[in-house]
Amino acid sequence: MHIFRFSRKSLGIPYALYLALFVVAPLLVLIYYAFTNGQGQFTTNNMTNFFTDPNTLGTLCYSFAIAIVTTLVCLLLAYPIAYILATSQLKAKSVILMLFILPMWINFSLRITALKEVLTVLEGNLANHPFFNSVIGMTYDFLPFMILPIYTTISKLDHALLEAARDLGAGELQAFLKVTLPLSVPGIVSGISMVFLPAMTNYVVLDMLYNSTYIMGSLIGSYFSAYNWHGGSMIALILLAIICLFTLLIGGEEDTNVRGGALL
Amino acid sequence: MMKKLAKGILLGAVLLFLYLPILILAVYSFTNATNIGVIRGFSFHNYVTLFTTPELIQMILGTLTLAIVSALLATILGTMGAIGAFYSKKGMASAISTMNQVPVVNADVVTGFSICILLVVVFGVSKDTYIPLVIGHVTLCAPFVYLSVMPKIKQMDSSIYEAALDLGATPFTALWKIVIPQIIPGIVSGFGLAITLSLDDYFIATYTKPATFDTISTYVVNATKGAQTTIKTALWALSTVIFLVVVLIVTLVNVQAGKAETERSVL
Repeated sequence: MHIFRFSRKSLGIPYALYLALFVVAPLLVLIYYAFTNGQGQFTTNNMTNFFTDPNTLGTLCYSFAIAIVTTLVCLLLAYPIAYILATSQLKAKSVILMLFILPMWINFSLRITALKEVLTVLEGNLANHPFFNSVIGMTYDFLPFMILPIYTTISKLDHALLEAARDLGAGELQAFLKVTLPLSVPGIVSGISMVFLPAMTNYVVLDMLYNSTYIMGSLIGSYFSAYNWHGGSMIALILLAIICLFTLLIGGEEDTNVRGGALL
Repeated sequence: MMKKLAKGILLGAVLLFLYLPILILAVYSFTNATNIGVIRGFSFHNYVTLFTTPELIQMILGTLTLAIVSALLATILGTMGAIGAFYSKKGMASAISTMNQVPVVNADVVTGFSICILLVVVFGVSKDTYIPLVIGHVTLCAPFVYLSVMPKIKQMDSSIYEAALDLGATPFTALWKIVIPQIIPGIVSGFGLAITLSLDDYFIATYTKPATFDTISTYVVNATKGAQTTIKTALWALSTVIFLVVVLIVTLVNVQAGKAETERSVL
């Protein structure tokens, strides 16, 4: 007698339970902690504290600035590279693409260490140009994540469209602006989402380069070290809200699997 | 001609930016210099330190063990989840895929911190049990396994499974002998992805690891802030070793993929 009849459907149950327990429940707990104080009473103090403290507000703005500039720099570098590689006739282009993607698999902390050593020789004290160095560090870390999705989108473009544009009298530049660029927007969008959010939250890069904690993710770290779960939860919740907003704005259906895309 | 040159210069300059720091560090790892920029004599002492210091060996083995254990668990869970979700009713399937998307989109800081709060603060699980750490890494990796298995299930020929059932196979045998072999490429790449995610993680480990345990990332971040030069330069050697291993694996995988492609085109 089988009490439990095996079916393919039931294979999903353990994973569904796992996700409910370790993805959904932690977020609910986070919301609860963000709106309570040490005595378990409801309070909005954690939120008002965040939005009235010039230090935390400054950190928020600074994080946005770093993330926006990093994303722009990555985009300006990655688009031409992806475009050149995707449209190139070279046989070795897949090897060259691999060279651009390969650093993704080297542990980021070791790569940032290498960058720090070199920058220190060039500039001396890295804390003298904090913004500049943050952008360099983050670009160094995230550039491959911008190149890959743009390359994939451009190389999948229907070449006939471009030829049609040229046949109908468009110049090279015009054909690029009216055909290639608009059609590569999905790649650009998923590249932006791969770079912008990590750049807002990845505080280790700054911390390693010049011991800075002036970025959003780092605030969680400091509350964590102080065992202030309530304040930390509020920061995490604010970050979560930014992430949700950003994902909604950019259209959540994008291919978010680029994080290890080249492996697939 | 000019255009070609400009393209070459752009690609070359960015590649230089990406690789120069790693290569400079690699060169200096074979010297006894304590800082970049000072030329000193050739020496293997960084490699000797790297492979003889118990603290460093433990940290490397610990990182690898954690990656393999969490990747295995994540692969089993994620694959089962993908098969289950594919055959489930619409509501259940979309519930699973929505929940699956959360850790993918979410910042690792938030994932790590929220798991730490739930397990350590609310349930009082000690971090020294490694349970929060492993759960954190499985939560980070399993969604990516799910995402890499799902397309393979969608491409699968479902009539073979039906045929196996008609010929008397139990659902479990049919699953094991028919479904799994068809989606194995997705499972393998999901596993590979899980390993790399776990190896590269810093944030989830910081919030969930036992105080005495370090992964490569957490160790290196602390070491760069410290002043211990022997450890610092031994990490240059580690960086070089990892660089070479990554180059080797990427080359092998690509040669293998190239071979498979030629075989397919010959057939």
